[in-house]
Formats: sequence, C-alpha cells, structure tokens
Amino acid sequence: MIRIEGLHKSFGKLEVLKGITEHIHPSEKVVVIGASGSGKSTLLRCLNLLEMPTSGRIFIHGEEITGGRHDVNMLRRKMGMVFQLFNLFPNYDALGNVTLAPIKLLNMPKSAAEDLGMHMLEKVGLTDKAHEFPSRLSGGQKQRVAIARALAMNPEIMLFDEPTSALDPEMVGEVLAVMAGLAAEGMTMVIVSHEMAFAREVADRVFFMDDGVVLEQGKPDEVFSHPREARTQEFLARVRK
Amino acid sequence: MSWFEAFAAKFHQCFVQDGRFANFMLSGLKVTLQITFSAAIISISLGSFLAIVRVTHDKNIAAMYPGSKRIALKAFNQLCKLCITVVRGIPMVVQLMIWFFVVFAASRNALGIAILAFGINSAVYTAEIVRAGIMSVDHGQTEAGRSLGLGYVHTMRFIILPQAFKNVLPALCNEFIVLLKDTAVVGYIALCDLTRGAYLIAGRTYEPFLPLVAAALIYLAMVIVLSKLFGKLERRLRTSDSH
Repeated sequence: MIRIEGLHKSFGKLEVLKGITEHIHPSEKVVVIGASGSGKSTLLRCLNLLEMPTSGRIFIHGEEITGGRHDVNMLRRKMGMVFQLFNLFPNYDALGNVTLAPIKLLNMPKSAAEDLGMHMLEKVGLTDKAHEFPSRLSGGQKQRVAIARALAMNPEIMLFDEPTSALDPEMVGEVLAVMAGLAAEGMTMVIVSHEMAFAREVADRVFFMDDGVVLEQGKPDEVFSHPREARTQEFLARVRK
Repeated sequence: MSWFEAFAAKFHQCFVQDGRFANFMLSGLKVTLQITFSAAIISISLGSFLAIVRVTHDKNIAAMYPGSKRIALKAFNQLCKLCITVVRGIPMVVQLMIWFFVVFAASRNALGIAILAFGINSAVYTAEIVRAGIMSVDHGQTEAGRSLGLGYVHTMRFIILPQAFKNVLPALCNEFIVLLKDTAVVGYIALCDLTRGAYLIAGRTYEPFLPLVAAALIYLAMVIVLSKLFGKLERRLRTSDSH
C-alpha cells in the first residue's frame, strides 16, 4: 500500500533520513519507535508530504506521490494525520473542526456533514462535547476530536505523530483506546509512539529507527523481547527504566 | 461685559454667525470621514493582499519546485516589498503632494486623490500588521488544515486568517486612528476638511482658540468611538471561542 524507496531528507546540512526502503501493507499497523532525533516524525511527515523528501520515492497504491506531478491535496484526503499537539482549530467548535474539511472539500451540505461529524464524534465518545470549543476541552478530549476530524474524510491510512506524548498520564488511555478500536476495524496505521505496551498489543510490525535509518524491524515480540541490534537493546533498556 | 457674555459673543462669532460651524466644520468633518472610511477600505483590502503575497512567498518558496510559478511568486514578492519600503519611507504630506501635483497633475478630483494617497499609505502599514498576525498563528494550524487535504487558499481563508484577524485587531485599531488623524493634512491639496475648516474660521474671526479646540474635541470624540467599536468587535470574537 505504501512503498518507500531510498528516502532521504535533509534540513540544510542536517541529514535526518538516510535512506529508508520499506513496504507497508493494507490494514497493517506499524509502530515506529526510537530516540528523539532519530527521524521518526520526519519519516511520518514525508508520507503525506508535509515534508518534501530530498530524494527517494514514495508510492501509494503503486502510484508515485513524490516528484511534483501528484495532486498533494487529493493524496492527503486519503491520509488522515493526528499531531502531538492536536492542532485543533480554536475558531471552530468540536463539530466544526470535524465538519470543516467535508463541507469545503466534498461539497457536503451542512446538515449531512453534521450527521457525519456527530457519527465521528460518537466513534471517539464525544457527542456531548460537539458544541464545545477546543479551549474548553481536556487534552485527551482534544486529541480524540483530532482523530474524529481526520476520520471524517474517510481516509485509507492514518498517521499518528506521537499522539499521546503531550497528554497527562491519566488521559493517555482514552486516546489509545480509540486508536485500538480503529486498528480493530482494519485501518492501515503508521504510529510514532513511545507507548511500548500499546505497540506490543496493536502493532503488526515495529520499526526501530536510529540515526535516520530503520535499524531493526519485526513483530513486536521479536523486537521487544529479542532485539538483535545493540542500539535497540540500549534504547529499550533506557525506556523501560 | 461679564466673562460669560464675552465667551458667548465669541462663540456666536465663531460658530453661529454666517453659519460658520455648518459651512466650515461640519462640511469639513464630512470630508474627513469620507477620506478616512474610503481609505480604510483600500487599506484593509490592499494591505491584506500585500501581506498574503509576502506570507505565501515566505512559507512556500522553499518547498516549491522550480518553474514559472516559483519565479512569478518571487518577482511578485519583491515588488510588494519594494512598494512597502518606498511608501513607508516617504512622509505622508510629501506623498499626498506628489499624487496631487505630479502624478495626477491634470486631475482636479482632490477628494479621489486624497483617498487614494491615504489608502495606499495606510495599506503598507496594514500589510505589515496583517503579516505579523498571520505569522503569529501556530504553524501546526496550517499543517492540520493541509493534512486534511484543504488547499493553501482554503486553509488561509477558513483557518489562518480568522485567527490572525482576531490577533491583530488592537493593532488595526491603532492604524485606523492614525489614518483618521493623518487626514488633517489634506489642506495641502486645497481640500477643506475638519482641520482646514477650523483654520479658516480662525482666519476670518481672528479667534483661533474656539475653532481649534472644537476641532480637537471632534477628533477626540471620533477616536473614542472608533476604539469602542474595535473593543466591542474584539470582545465578540473572543467569546466565540472563549480564548
């Protein structure tokens, strides 16, 4: 479904991704782990071209999205993204956040979009907060609205960029529960996360990134219980402390 | 003659006799308001346009593929920057006189020329204000909009600009106050505005105190009303998202 070939990304002189070649299958859940600065987020952001790859090619359904010929906006409709800092629109209420893209992009009538929006909010358990503005929501609620917002465009792939890193510990569970539900429905998901227990439970594959490459990958059991690389062992030992 | 009678006599001489208040001050006030409001409309539209060109360039140029679009945006951005630099670098009165006596020397439509001159001058300041407002909106907002598949224009129009506009209301209010008061120099191109009206009364009556103080009070009242209106707008926008 997603094929990545020789992906490089530099910011000025700093080379963040140093050649990544991977294939992510339909309905697969990939959790990307690794130390900060290893390039996890950059990899994710290259997938929907929020970052332009310096070189290398990315294919979705066999169609190349890099190279400047592909319609970026059409691509992004099919790829939902959830951010570490939620990035809800403060000038819209929860429902408005969810319905904005369907109304503007799919020319959906307002009432139909609101039905869809309420359905999405129901999925994340927030129908009662539909008319609250983001400033009145807790972190966990904000992130769940952000997930509903991304789902409203009916994407085929969901990208999660450290979705629980900015949350208070007691709110992590509610967000992970929504994500686990999504995984159970068969959504293709790429998740950058530090939640090892969640990765173990939900992931089909775990990527361990180090210094701009996917150093080690495999089933969660293999990577977590029997890491081959010394750097992976080191990293896991550090996060388990 | 008591102090009060003397004052009443002067007041009569300055404002009542020959209908001076209506003929000079009120008709002058009308000119002041006409110039201010029309120039404000030019200021906000042209200013926003300049700001959007500048921001579009700064935000996108690095990620754009080489081609004619990129060259056009670069050229356009340079042009906007040049306009801002030139207009901002010349005193308002000098600009006004250049428009009237040089550029449109053949035209006698002083009011139209004043509106254009004040509009353009104010626009470059508004441009920088709006640009600052757009840049003050967290980049994550743009990314969230774009990640949903919204195009640059949609993202600007529905997500960034409403937030930017709210952030810059106090600065915009300032700019419009300055604009209103700046129009006091239109006397230089023989337009009779509020200031000029007061000055003419002073000239005819040899009595500068009352007309000038009256003009000052009218300006002050207008500025107070303007600030109140902006304050109201600010509060309304704030309650809408309780920020």
